[in-house]
Amino acid sequence: MPKGMLIIDKERCKGCGLCIVACSHPVLAFSGELNRSGYNVVHMERPEACVGCGFCALTCPDVAIEVYRARVPA
Amino acid sequence: MGERMLLRGNEVIAEAAIRAGCQCYFAYPITPQAELLEHMAKNMPRLGRTFIQAESEIAAISMVYGAASVGVRTMTSSSSPGISLKQEGISYLAGSNLPAVIVNIVRGGPGLGDIAPAQSDYFQATKGGGHGDYHMIVLAPSTVPEAGELTMLAFDLADQYRTPVMILADGMLGQMMEPVELPEPIDVASLPAKEWATTGAKGRDPNVILSFDLDPEVLKRMNLALQKRYRQIEAKEVRYEEAATEDADILIAAYGTVARISKSVVRMARAEGIKLGLFRPITLWPFPYQPLKELADRVKTVLTVEMSAGQMWEDVRLGVAERANTPFYGEMGGVVPTPRRILSEVRKHAS
Amino acid sequence: MPVSTEKMVKVFGRPGSLTEARFTYCPGCHHGILTRIIAQTIDELGIVERTVGVAPVGCAVFAYLWYRCDVIQASHGRASAVATGVKRANPNLIVFAYQGDGDFASIGTAESIHAANRGENITVIFVNNQVYGMTGGEMAPTSLVGQKTTTTPDGRDPALFGYPIRFSEMIAQLDAPVYVTRQALYDTKRIMDATKAIKKAFTNQLEGKGYSLVEVLATCPTNWRMKPTEANKHVAEVVTKVFPLGDLIDRG
Repeated sequence: MPKGMLIIDKERCKGCGLCIVACSHPVLAFSGELNRSGYNVVHMERPEACVGCGFCALTCPDVAIEVYRARVPA
Repeated sequence: MGERMLLRGNEVIAEAAIRAGCQCYFAYPITPQAELLEHMAKNMPRLGRTFIQAESEIAAISMVYGAASVGVRTMTSSSSPGISLKQEGISYLAGSNLPAVIVNIVRGGPGLGDIAPAQSDYFQATKGGGHGDYHMIVLAPSTVPEAGELTMLAFDLADQYRTPVMILADGMLGQMMEPVELPEPIDVASLPAKEWATTGAKGRDPNVILSFDLDPEVLKRMNLALQKRYRQIEAKEVRYEEAATEDADILIAAYGTVARISKSVVRMARAEGIKLGLFRPITLWPFPYQPLKELADRVKTVLTVEMSAGQMWEDVRLGVAERANTPFYGEMGGVVPTPRRILSEVRKHAS
Repeated sequence: MPVSTEKMVKVFGRPGSLTEARFTYCPGCHHGILTRIIAQTIDELGIVERTVGVAPVGCAVFAYLWYRCDVIQASHGRASAVATGVKRANPNLIVFAYQGDGDFASIGTAESIHAANRGENITVIFVNNQVYGMTGGEMAPTSLVGQKTTTTPDGRDPALFGYPIRFSEMIAQLDAPVYVTRQALYDTKRIMDATKAIKKAFTNQLEGKGYSLVEVLATCPTNWRMKPTEANKHVAEVVTKVFPLGDLIDRG
């Protein structure tokens, strides 16, 4: 199981790509899929590499990304 | 009623504002209303209220906008050139449905003009001096005690209709001293709560104060709501005074200082057999068109006298609507007409 | 793509002080990041029920759509004066003014300086993107020398239009302000620094310390005619040379 997971709100994404650059591991990429506003939205190209650092979400100007991290076993 | 004091018009307006519960006052000094500022500077902090000498007239009216948004009673004052600067804020107050009181102690203009009494800001005050379709309620006292009464009333009307209200006086009223019986201070806690105010979104949805919408249909609806309120104000808040009109066949139409002078003219004219009366609008907006119209049916002449080139004259002519002759006599530049001079104008039109 | 978050814990989501409304800003515009940071700060300090935002004229004019706190829309340049009126009328409210470079450092120059000089106990966020975004990319008082805008088509010529104004340095000359800082949002480190600065600026007000100003260097990819990533690089490599980052005053 990956350490991190993102939920990207496709309709909020404006395809600016800042999250792609901010990602500390290459996880994100443009999906080629257009949302209702016509933006090429970002998706998790390599979800297995996500560590849940949250840099993408910090950088996202549209607050379109939710970040989850695996629970550390007690 | 409270104690009897000898006070200047400017001081009476300031003291009445305090007694009406004015919590925040912001202004920039200008002659001839400096005493108003000074009275507030001395008394507001003592009462735990806010006085700020603002960096400019624009800043002062913007602070009023902020304080009005929070729901407190608030006021600014100035004189003509300063009121010109405040027009931006007045338009925003009107557009955002905010109650506030603005005092204009009018001086000679245009431009820097002089510091002598004038009535040449009538158009600016009554026709919407800033941008957009709006009005303020405009109250014009003609004596020092009345300046106090109308200031108290101004705060009530502002709250009731969520609109800026202007006290339109002049340098003579501002500087003149008269014995005044000031009303008791109101109990601020007894005022109705302002549910719309931006007091923090606790237990309710956020409140928003704004005067814009980029959707023309929405902005049209906002404008229609303003216009509806203006029609209510026109129906309910017209105020005026008549003196010696019962048997008059000639009327002077005048407001403020000129109306006061004209009362002497009425006595002088009557002494020489001229049946002169006085029609004095107290609300310049809404203008008392209807009572003037009714009077105009009974007289031959309505002589408008102003310290301007003929600004209220336009409203008088609208009200009279050719039912009577509507000559005009005005002084400009801060010259105050003497009773004798006005009387000689009256004689020209007396039959 | 189905995602399972059952065994996971949410570490970042929309701040509760933001509404669900989408921002009207262009792709990559830093206003969005800043709006989120402010909302997050309001969340962390638990002050949404006593916060009043004062919105400017410009791209941020729609701020009232995005916050779950009360918002007042001010006339152009007067946000600091309006915030003064709000705070004086009700000192229990936490008041922030959000102003762009035209609003704060051009048309509102007098209101901005004098609110600072009185030491009003308010928080001012000054967004410096060196251009007028909403009206079509005209010159700002902060536009760089040589910067092409729609009103300086050949680049800003100091002989005609003067130099980029370092307004925060001017404010920092005054005795009253408690905290004056310049921050940026071009990478995650700067975003975290800016977040700390904004929290400090709000905390100062909560503690009654006085006037705090956070200038934030922001991008305007649309009017700069740059990709969002290029715009970030431009701030890092060019803009910060003219507008150095860091605290100018910290008397907290």
